[in-house]
Amino acid sequence: MPKSGSTWKITRRAALAGLSASAALLAAPRLGRAADETIRIGFPTPLTGPFAAEARDQVKCAELAVKLVNDKGGVAGRKVELLVRDDKLNAGEAATRTLELIEKDKVHAVVGALSSAVQLAVNEVTRARGVIYVSISQSDTINEAKDFSKYTFHEALNPHMTTAAVARQTLKKGMKVAHLVADYAYGHEMLRGFKRAQAAIGADNVGEILHPFGAADYSTFMPRLMSMRPDVLCISNFGRDQANAIKQAVDFGVKQQMKIVVPVILHNQRLAVGPDVFEGVIGGANYYWGLEAQSKSAAAFNAAFKAANGGAIPTDYGAYGYSGVASLLLAMQAAGGTDTDKVVEALEKLKYDLTKGPQHYRKCDHQSVQSVLVLESKKKSAMTGESDLFAILASDAGSEDMLRSCSELGHAT
Amino acid sequence: MDLSLIIMQLLSGVALGAVLVITALGLTIVFGMLGVVNFAHGALFMVGAYAGLYLASLTGSFWWGLLLAPVLIGAFGMLIELVLIRRLYGRSIDDPLLLTFGLSYILVEGVRIVFGSDGIPFPTPPQLIGVVDLGIGFFPRYRLFVIVLVAVVLLALWLTLEKTRVGLIVRAGARDPTIMQVLGVDIGRVWLAIFGLGVGLAALGGVLAGPMRSVNPEMGSLVLAEAFVVTVIGGLGSIVGAVVAGLMVGISISMVALFAPEMATIVMFALMAVVLLIRPQGLFGVRGRTA
Repeated sequence: MPKSGSTWKITRRAALAGLSASAALLAAPRLGRAADETIRIGFPTPLTGPFAAEARDQVKCAELAVKLVNDKGGVAGRKVELLVRDDKLNAGEAATRTLELIEKDKVHAVVGALSSAVQLAVNEVTRARGVIYVSISQSDTINEAKDFSKYTFHEALNPHMTTAAVARQTLKKGMKVAHLVADYAYGHEMLRGFKRAQAAIGADNVGEILHPFGAADYSTFMPRLMSMRPDVLCISNFGRDQANAIKQAVDFGVKQQMKIVVPVILHNQRLAVGPDVFEGVIGGANYYWGLEAQSKSAAAFNAAFKAANGGAIPTDYGAYGYSGVASLLLAMQAAGGTDTDKVVEALEKLKYDLTKGPQHYRKCDHQSVQSVLVLESKKKSAMTGESDLFAILASDAGSEDMLRSCSELGHAT
Repeated sequence: MDLSLIIMQLLSGVALGAVLVITALGLTIVFGMLGVVNFAHGALFMVGAYAGLYLASLTGSFWWGLLLAPVLIGAFGMLIELVLIRRLYGRSIDDPLLLTFGLSYILVEGVRIVFGSDGIPFPTPPQLIGVVDLGIGFFPRYRLFVIVLVAVVLLALWLTLEKTRVGLIVRAGARDPTIMQVLGVDIGRVWLAIFGLGVGLAALGGVLAGPMRSVNPEMGSLVLAEAFVVTVIGGLGSIVGAVVAGLMVGISISMVALFAPEMATIVMFALMAVVLLIRPQGLFGVRGRTA
């Protein structure tokens, strides 16, 4: 049987070739490491689940940050590599993946996480192992003394900053304010922020309704909210909860009686329910692409993102992925490598301007001091194009006065 | 607490219950008559919503979407029965359960591939935008429409099952399929029609829910849990049970939301636990029924 004979020969040859190839592969990493080791950044984010859209934007922007640095020759001559892991929006999963990144993949730092509980789990692991963690979750419990460590950094806005900026734009003395709040950490933190800002302005609280996290129907809360007769309704929830709650409030005619305000107005959720529903809703944001008209950094960031992603625009949560990774790489550059203590020191001294103006990490709690945008969702007829979603009402420059004081967070001053 | 608020709250509960009734009905009919626990019911609800949205944008009218999506998805349900479920009759109840469980994953992933994993807006039909002044408060016109439509569908279903020859065959088929076959009825066609009807009702629920929530691939998973709770409270396989329990759950959620809003989701599970303790077969279920 000549045919089977030849087949055998080919397989044997292929096997031999394969063997030598794998031998070469085995040897290669050792050679590489001896010369100059790549810098590895771990990036846990919820690629599956209800925040998948935001997570994908984060990954695209984090990859962009790495690419731009590598194009310029890397950090201190070393190439940078991003190791993306799916945390599935689950604290246990996030802890396991982070541990794996540190123990098995030997990452030099971790950036990422979107939800408050996941961020706490990642911080637990990195803190115990002395690895730098730059969080890009909007919750800021890790900045309080009990969860903080010198390795913990928080690049995202925090509830206190956004609610204060939104309240300044929308509330006046003597106004009546009602709250619809998701019953978990994020909602509670936002409510706390709003109430504090409200008290400072002199607006009156007429009621609060806590709703279960992830609820699909909000109709049962509407009659009571309307019977409170507020001037402003603050809806403090995230993701699809925001889209559903606003849509159903609008169905009940809430907008005819009161203004709807949210702590963070979400780019993807505005896309998901359309312009008519969101029209006139006001909320805070870390980033909006339209900032390019007033900021050179925003224009440069938009241009780089468009070039890398076929003309698409970066979103609010995407920008966090970029600034989180890029600020860390700038600090590594300044520290001349990945020595953890030196990078921590460099991060504390760093002044950076990546997407929207000057930012820096406050010394006591490592919160990034940055500008807060206040956006209003545009009327359909006022939109100049598909992506023209919001009007920028305010862009408050970053200042430490916007933050809770170091002593309030339990840090020694 | 004034009376008008309580009445408004009651009405919200009825509107919420109406969608629950339609989805639970499909689940309970299929279980009661075929003995199949359809775990893909929530996914088919979601597929129905997407189909309704797609057909509405294709024809330019919500009404075509509302009419055609349940028919098309119902026909798709028949295909599922013919190709997949039919092979599993007479085997353990776990087999179709596992099959439909797997099917639900395929459907969700399929929709993610075709329409993306982000939510899509489902516009309210222009005729039903806005609120109606009831004298005691404002209520969304669309939700009133949902209550009326569900009432009409229930009436039509009841008339078909109780007053027509087809209904007689269906009811007899559920009671004793062997005798039906002896009498010369093609029982396979009856099963096909029932599964199609169940799936069609899921799709109708999905289209109706679309304009109230935005449409996304995961919207069915919560609905499946709710439909199961309603079915268990009403009694597995009982149509009257599904209607009564659906309204009961809707109104309970609404009333609890008035006094303890953070408990609004838990109340339906509490209700289920109480019913199971007092009447394990459910309000209208038959004791010791085996499918």
